[in-house]
Amino acid sequence: MSRPSFLSALGQSVRARLTGLGLFTRFFLMLLQRSGLVFKRPRLVSQQVHFIGNFSLLIIIVSGLFVGFVLGLQGYYTLNRYGSEEALGLLVALSLTRELGPVVTALLFAGRAGTSLTAEIGLMKAGEQLAAMEVMAVDPLTRVFVPRFWGGVIAMPILAAVFSTVGILGGWVVGVLLIGIDTGAFWSQMQNGVDVYKDILNGVIKSIIFGVAVTLIALYEGWRARPTPEGVARATTRTVVTSSLAVLGLDFLLTALMFSH
Amino acid sequence: MSNEKTDWWVGLFVLLGALALAFLALRAGNLSSFSFAPTYALSAKFDNIGGLKVRAPIKSAGVVVGRVASITLDEKTFQAIVTFQLEKNYLFPKDSSAKILTSGLLGEQYIGLEAGGDEANLVPGATLQFTQSAIVLESLISQFLYSSAEKQGTAAAADANPAAKPAKTTP
Repeated sequence: MSRPSFLSALGQSVRARLTGLGLFTRFFLMLLQRSGLVFKRPRLVSQQVHFIGNFSLLIIIVSGLFVGFVLGLQGYYTLNRYGSEEALGLLVALSLTRELGPVVTALLFAGRAGTSLTAEIGLMKAGEQLAAMEVMAVDPLTRVFVPRFWGGVIAMPILAAVFSTVGILGGWVVGVLLIGIDTGAFWSQMQNGVDVYKDILNGVIKSIIFGVAVTLIALYEGWRARPTPEGVARATTRTVVTSSLAVLGLDFLLTALMFSH
Repeated sequence: MSNEKTDWWVGLFVLLGALALAFLALRAGNLSSFSFAPTYALSAKFDNIGGLKVRAPIKSAGVVVGRVASITLDEKTFQAIVTFQLEKNYLFPKDSSAKILTSGLLGEQYIGLEAGGDEANLVPGATLQFTQSAIVLESLISQFLYSSAEKQGTAAAADANPAAKPAKTTP
């Protein structure tokens, strides 16, 4: 057996990647095409919002609180050197609404909800439930994937907003209650510096895009998983790795687009 | 779990998200400073606006009465044209003057509106006659350096020429 030459190996890997990308795009388009179900059977979507959103709420609140605490402490350490401790509120709010809120929520979301979506669908595939649906003339893409996709897309921005809010409250606890910054200055500096459109709205747009990306990757990996225990395990790992990288890469692109001027 | 119970939890979740967004917009952001009162436009020309930005406040006696709407450059005079929206219930005399000021030493810049003594008020769309540009720190420093160098120069010249200063005795 002759070993493939370097060039043909390179070509093969590029072709495989392109095929994967094309399949991913087609998967996305097929989901969008079948999204009419959202209006026909909204209960299916709300069940998924409950499963994806409500059950992720606790980890999001706890993480947001601690991220806020740490931002308060570290921000104070730096700002104290310049004698501008009052700007702590501004620092905490801007870092949370612009970057940390959407990004950390998306990473946690990938770990908490993305993995469960992939594993659930992978096991459905392994148990031949998807095939059984097709036999019963029920389109699994419509019945299984579309509600999960929209559930994730709806839940993600809500979770990100909760994360930012809890984080700001955490920063307030550390800054005002623990360190003793004036509470009026804390809030007024924040209100002067945080713009509703430039900062908060762009953060929300970011979190929606991350929600689409993470949910889509999780569903795609479940859909493509080999129907064996090992295949499902690998797909779950790939979900976390791919969606985390996608979130960080997209975040850079979006930040460059939104805040560059 | 029954459907109704799920719905209740989902409703709570969505409500929580809406509350969080409202908190971000109103408490952390500047939505509460958005005023939806009817406004009218005025404009003013400045030689230099420094770091003035769109949506900067217009203050009169420290009270916010409006916001900057747009900043453009006049292509003929090369002056900056600043258009701003004042709240309708605040009327200013015709000879009011606008200054670009800085809040604090390094704070953001805003327009200070000083009322004049004219009987007639500014009408919507009018242009302010009296303006004062932003103080640019760099030019202020260079002015100071020039003037102190000039002083030193004249002092040195006076020392070099004792005849010019007959009152001073040299040892």
